[in-house]
Amino acid sequence: MSSLQTPLHKVRGLGASHTGTGHFWRERVTAAALAPLSLWFLYAVLGLAGTSEVTALQFLAHPWNALLMAAFVSFSLYHAALGLQMVVDDYIHTAGARLFLLLGIRAALLTCWLVSLFAIIRIAAL
Amino acid sequence: MAENPQKSVAHPRPLSPHLTIYRWPVTMMTSITHRATGMALSGGAVILAWWLVCISNGPEGWQSFHGIMDTVPGLVVLFGITWSLAYHFFSGLRHLAWDLGYGFDKKVAERNSVIVFALSFLVALAVFALVYTGHAGYLR
Repeated sequence: MSSLQTPLHKVRGLGASHTGTGHFWRERVTAAALAPLSLWFLYAVLGLAGTSEVTALQFLAHPWNALLMAAFVSFSLYHAALGLQMVVDDYIHTAGARLFLLLGIRAALLTCWLVSLFAIIRIAAL
Repeated sequence: MAENPQKSVAHPRPLSPHLTIYRWPVTMMTSITHRATGMALSGGAVILAWWLVCISNGPEGWQSFHGIMDTVPGLVVLFGITWSLAYHFFSGLRHLAWDLGYGFDKKVAERNSVIVFALSFLVALAVFALVYTGHAGYLR
């Protein structure tokens, strides 16, 4: 016998804490999605720099651009939630402060997400 | 406070290397900068949300955004976010390469750290140079 782990334990791959693998994976998957989305975002903001609100409205009202902006905002904020949680997990050692910070961070990021999506939909509907 | 019973009487003993005298390896700098830029970009997401709301509000919204961001502090913040995004992008690609098992060699890791820092500043400066030389705004 080479290992004391059961086959089920190995195939689940969750480690000793039974959690965290999902967090690790989501962070990588959102990062992989954000790499090409960031290039599009750079193309978009550079193209809109120094123009007018008419240009920005027309550009973002295009279905593809609205979808890409919604995807960029959504993946960014989800990735931010995962990353900021890691910072809190690393540096905040009291349970109360950790809970307070995690709830606060998620409330702020969720608000940011809802506001962004509402604005994108509003622009697309104009 | 009670007297420390282990306090040396004659000479204070040398302590192990502490952060204040520790020579920071460049790989340590890239690691901490990745985290710092990630935190800065979370703030950037708030500005992005505000920008989208301003656009959706039409001409007055566009004016209010530029009224605040076209100032020196506003441009400093924008440059910081631009550089943070460039840095987090290149450093993030490096992290993904590590996850695939590449780039762990000590010399390679040090070389790539310098490359990531150089590329991030280059891209951020190039973005601002393109705007100020009138090469941006091509979606008009």
